Amino acid sequence: MSKKENKLEAKNLDAYYGDFHALKNINIAMEEKAVTAFIGPSGCGKSTFLRTFNRMNDYIDGFRIEGQILLDGRDIYNKDIRVDELRKEVGMVFQKPNPFPKSIFENVVYGLKIQGIKKKSVLEEAAEKSLRHAALWDEVKDKLNKSALALSGGQQQRLCIARALAISPSVLLMDEPASALDPISTAKIEELIYTLKNEYTIVIVTHNMQQAGRVSDYTAFFYMGELVEHNKTRTMFTSPKDERTQNYITGRFG
Amino acid sequence: MTNSDINRLKDKAFQVFGIFCTFIGLVVLAIFLIDIVAEGITRINWDFLTSLPSRRASRAGILTAWAGTLWILVLTTLIAFPLGVGAGIYLEEYGRKNRLANFLEINIANLAGVPSIIYGLLGLEIFGRQMRLGGSLLAGALTLSLLILPIIIVTTREAVKAVPRSIRDGSYALGASKWQTIWHQVLPASFGGILTGIILALSRAVGEAAPLIVIGALAYVPFTPSSPLDEFTVLPIQIFNWTSRPQEEFLTNAAAAIIVLLVITFLLNGIAVYLRNKQQKKIRW
Ligand SMILES: Nc1ncnc2c1ncn2[C@@H]1O[C@H](COP(=O)(O)OP(=O)(O)OP(=O)(O)O)[C@@H](O)[C@H]1O
Ligand SMILES: [Mg+2]
Repeated sequence: MSKKENKLEAKNLDAYYGDFHALKNINIAMEEKAVTAFIGPSGCGKSTFLRTFNRMNDYIDGFRIEGQILLDGRDIYNKDIRVDELRKEVGMVFQKPNPFPKSIFENVVYGLKIQGIKKKSVLEEAAEKSLRHAALWDEVKDKLNKSALALSGGQQQRLCIARALAISPSVLLMDEPASALDPISTAKIEELIYTLKNEYTIVIVTHNMQQAGRVSDYTAFFYMGELVEHNKTRTMFTSPKDERTQNYITGRFG
Repeated sequence: MTNSDINRLKDKAFQVFGIFCTFIGLVVLAIFLIDIVAEGITRINWDFLTSLPSRRASRAGILTAWAGTLWILVLTTLIAFPLGVGAGIYLEEYGRKNRLANFLEINIANLAGVPSIIYGLLGLEIFGRQMRLGGSLLAGALTLSLLILPIIIVTTREAVKAVPRSIRDGSYALGASKWQTIWHQVLPASFGGILTGIILALSRAVGEAAPLIVIGALAYVPFTPSSPLDEFTVLPIQIFNWTSRPQEEFLTNAAAAIIVLLVITFLLNGIAVYLRNKQQKKIRW
């Protein structure tokens, strides 16, 4: 296997909510076109860390970081980085499906319309492609103009994935994307992640150890704002180096 | 008696009390309506709606009054809608959450409770005298705009606040700017609520007489206004004027004019309720 490039990196990253030190000196490099799972007990900083990669924390009063986040080697917190350009590159799927109260079609093409793309044929083509990609096309192709809110939770989440894919990012951030879904929808999302990693670098937060084991190539374990261990998922699950990792994986706390 | 028996009894008692309160309100309203309608309904006819005011009760009409009310409605909407919605959005979306914002917030809420005659005095000084608008429609509309701005700002903020965080996050995550998010997500989702607030505010403005009398609106205007700088009267002033006359016929006229005013208010409220229901059907988070 040829050595892949590092897509995402954090260097000496500290993050604060006001006085609260949420992330402590994190150093990690994530490989291109691989799935990395973030695991760790509730409140350990997984979401906070994930949201630094598309700067979604920027809207939180009092939040600040020290250190660097690199995307393809470029510091995304640099002053000359435009946040909207960054988010075209780094898409995000949230824990709770959050379709816009608009039609299915409008949901998928929202990111493109925001960029000023108006041509109907371009939008239609992109919509179909993204919906196929997200394994939703067959279920919705006859009701593209129906409200997205009428879809089931699992379909809504795949719609949100399609919406993120439509602006052709290279990175996909997913914060517990299946935690609000039933087992069948969860399986569909996992399958989807498996196919998407051929084209995208994926980072997924999950509380489900089996899920981390099934979908990820690498796993990073966080504990109280620190990155405790980062390794190949298989290695980590069979022979964790740190006792805290071991305890967490075997369910002794968390 | 067990505890749950007592609770059930309390429940029942409260229910009866609630029904009683509702009943009182409805009965008073019904008596008022019946009284007014009985007195005035026969007076309402085409002539009454299209005649100019007159010293003779039987020939007097409310053309200038309802035309003035419509003018005021439209002008006030044009002024208060963009200002109120703009301010509401600014305060909710852009305003920093600090002491100054808190101070503003409390004061805007307080302003909504200031007696309308105070606004009349303010309007008289600023619009009537300083800006030399006198007792014109424009001065009246500006004054009423001041009066209802706090209501519009507060309801706009409430409507905007009700749009969930997750929708904004979804929009930002796709590369939308703050303004794009407000324009494409927040405003469409909160528009029903904003409109409802505006219409309710307008239906309050329509019923105001005091501040307009203070700025110099007249009871007797022998022509319908044709520009915002014309003098005017409105239905509440006309009603006020007629009810203070001793002759029985003028009281009948007043009752008829009240019916017209009520119809306008009910229409406005009806539209507000309709919009709110439509909005609720469209969007459920
Ligand atoms: N907006 C905020 N303001 C202040 N503190 C915050 C904020 N968001 C998160 N925190 C704190 O930062 C820490 C990390 O939160 P974060 O949401 O990243 O945890 P998490 O690992 O994603 O947890 P979970 O598994 O429950 O989602 C927590 O202690 C939390 O209380
Ligand atoms: Mg989280």
